[in-house]
Amino acid sequence: MSTTGTGPRHLVRRQYFWGIVAIVLLLLVNVLKDPGFLALSVNPANGNLVGNLVDILRAAAPILMIAVGMSLVVATGGIDLSVGSLMVVAGAVSMEFLKASGDASSGGVALGALGLALAVTALLGALNGILVSVVGLQPFISTLVMMLAGRGLAKVITSGQNTAASNEPFRWLANGFVLGFPVVVLLAAAVVVAVAVVVRRSALGLMIEAVGINRKASRMAGIRPRGLLLTVYGISGVLAGIAGVFATASVMTVDVSRTGYQLELDAILAVVIGGTSLAGGKFSIGGSVVGALLIATLDKTIVFLGVSSSATPAFKAAVIIVLCLLQAERVRSLFRQRRAAGSPVSKEGVAA
Amino acid sequence: MTEAPPIVEMRGVSIAFPGVKALDNVDFRLFPGEVHTLMGENGAGKSTLIKALTGVYRIDSGSILIAGQERRLHGTADAQSAGISTVYQEVNLCPNLTVGENVMLGHEVRGRFGVNWRATNRAAAEALATLGLADLDPRRPLSTISLAMQQLVAISRAMVTDSKVLILDEPTSSLDANEVEALFRVLRALRDQGVAILFVSHFLDQVYAISDRLTVLRNGRYEGEYLTRDLSRTALIATMIGKDLEALRSLESQRQAQERDRTVVPLVRAKGIGRTGSIEPTDLDLHRGEIVGFAGLLGSGRTELARLLYGADRPDTGEMEIEGRKSALHDPVDGLDHRIAFSTENRRDEGIVGDLTVRENIILAVQAKRGWARPLSRREQEGIVREYMAALNVRPADPEVPVKNLSGGNQQKVLLGRWLATNPELLILDEPTRGIDVGAKAEIQEIVAHLAGDGVAVVFISSELEEVVRLSDRIVVLKDRRKIGEVVNGPGVTAQDIVDIIAAHGAEAALASDLVDPDGKDRAA
Repeated sequence: MSTTGTGPRHLVRRQYFWGIVAIVLLLLVNVLKDPGFLALSVNPANGNLVGNLVDILRAAAPILMIAVGMSLVVATGGIDLSVGSLMVVAGAVSMEFLKASGDASSGGVALGALGLALAVTALLGALNGILVSVVGLQPFISTLVMMLAGRGLAKVITSGQNTAASNEPFRWLANGFVLGFPVVVLLAAAVVVAVAVVVRRSALGLMIEAVGINRKASRMAGIRPRGLLLTVYGISGVLAGIAGVFATASVMTVDVSRTGYQLELDAILAVVIGGTSLAGGKFSIGGSVVGALLIATLDKTIVFLGVSSSATPAFKAAVIIVLCLLQAERVRSLFRQRRAAGSPVSKEGVAA
Repeated sequence: MTEAPPIVEMRGVSIAFPGVKALDNVDFRLFPGEVHTLMGENGAGKSTLIKALTGVYRIDSGSILIAGQERRLHGTADAQSAGISTVYQEVNLCPNLTVGENVMLGHEVRGRFGVNWRATNRAAAEALATLGLADLDPRRPLSTISLAMQQLVAISRAMVTDSKVLILDEPTSSLDANEVEALFRVLRALRDQGVAILFVSHFLDQVYAISDRLTVLRNGRYEGEYLTRDLSRTALIATMIGKDLEALRSLESQRQAQERDRTVVPLVRAKGIGRTGSIEPTDLDLHRGEIVGFAGLLGSGRTELARLLYGADRPDTGEMEIEGRKSALHDPVDGLDHRIAFSTENRRDEGIVGDLTVRENIILAVQAKRGWARPLSRREQEGIVREYMAALNVRPADPEVPVKNLSGGNQQKVLLGRWLATNPELLILDEPTRGIDVGAKAEIQEIVAHLAGDGVAVVFISSELEEVVRLSDRIVVLKDRRKIGEVVNGPGVTAQDIVDIIAAHGAEAALASDLVDPDGKDRAA
């Protein structure tokens, strides 16, 4: 998301370069298995775009949301473990609202469900922010509590049931198409661009980075870290709410024990793959997008290759470890040294 | 002294960082039994040379010979096994361990059942006694003794590890005169035992008092090696900065010629502001165009008072009037909104934001004042940055370098730029010249004088009394967290007068009581 440099050399130096390479490699593996993997086609019945790439993008949408929120939180030097649980809260709130209204075709009801879900998650996100900035608890602890409390809250809302509801406009959010493109992908892209523009075109990004790098110095320079942390955790909450709506609207059922389960880990991974340090400071929304897309591609590949479900976590872990190694400063400098060592040797050879 | 071969020799050493050539083909020799001072401006490469010698940085080219043998140092452990020990500006011992444990760490005396603590403490006491610290109980926690004592403990530790080379990076920057004398006694004793000592300091008097030989660096290049007795101070300064210091000398007369009408409403009037445990209730008037110096020892409350004036800490007694109107400052933002700026003495922890660029660091306070929703455009940012980087002569002159890559003096200038960019009416500078060289010091003093000339009220805090006296129109003297006097500066006032005020106030000698700090809070921080 930074403004400088667009050439291929700059791209290689970006931390998330290896994430892009990994996505391409995974797609290649899939193509080797089935040469038609990348094929996109238009459904003749309704003119909608269909294909594996579209599926990957649709699956990436919820991860994209929480990964963007997570990158802001991580940039302040914190972490938000509650995003998966806030997803299920958003799902539970919206499904209960839709079920109670019973109107399966009203757009107003769908908007009400969306608004209520986002308001609740914004509130819970802000509560995280208060615990971190005003009370001064560690982000890990505060959001861990929220992670447990959130899923519990969802169960209370639905009385422990997996609530299902029917409402066409709400379902359209996740499954609909506009001009042949899936709505969920367009919405996700719009939200990411909106967040990126707000953060980078205003001074919010600079202030988030300053607080993440040196909170004391930022305060002395006139930044109010409290308000900033509150805002950032709040944004993360809202984005988790959107992710929860995406995840539940596609099946119109909230599964209180499965929806958003362990997705906070995927979000953290996406942020790390994108090159944002967990220590806080400089962050890259573009990098987190790459990370989220990689995770979605990886999930799809695992299914496509037919890797047995018991081996799935190990496979995922292996890919991610290799990626993190490639990004690690030590490993990178090792590569650089070997390259650098290569050239003088030949010169000395000439001299001798 | 010069007959023996050098214990350390560096030949044609170069080290480059992204965008900065920190050392460029530098030679350096260190002989056993001498105190050798490394001199140079900020950014001259002193710290880099020391870090190359202690294995923190790897050299890009050239060679390092230790006791005649070429060595590749791959880390501080290598340097230590080669007999090189370092005592840093910020002492790197473990404050939660005892003095004895710190001295003997890794060299504890072992008995049949693990460490024999009694014998270990005895050995520590012996090591301390050889440095004239026989009175110091090795079982005391390190955090309860003063910084000066901690430094001696660090040296004592270096001697336990049987070091041939002792590196002291700005050991005296936080010490008072008596403490410096005690340190020098120890250094001379070690030198006479044949230890080679590499010393870095910005205090010329100390350099001339202790060192036998000096090497001058400038902009990462080797300028020359001299015997201290053969090189006059003027010649040394000329070599270091390549310009004369007439500008600095003219400051004196300029400041002292000022007369002031004291009946006008002051810009800032503090009435009995204080904070429990940091500063007693204090009255203070600050006028436009006036430089007020805060003089006092470390822990006298000079920083604490300044923090209340800015809103960095919240006072629990008293009130402030700004231009005659009652104003409460709860937060640094409140200070900025009232056009007050405060440059902290704690550059690393409360000043710079290391990973951000020079540009971002300079505009940070202006941006914070405007709020996040009204960002400065890139063009506005570049305008501000260009203006202050040029006015303050920041090097390297590249605004897109991370500020952590700059030398201490240049970081200080970046911070000064940050505060000047907010266009303050009251500028509070806490130790703006600490740990920076003569040239940059003169530049900063000159800027301060100009600001006052333009009508800015300035509070100037420094532990160098000469500097306070030279620059201030009025001097507020503090001691033991209380304001004990105010001196209107004039031609007759000298640093000695201020020392006399501090010494006369209260029975015990101020300097002696400072050596062992009972709560250890100030010094260990």
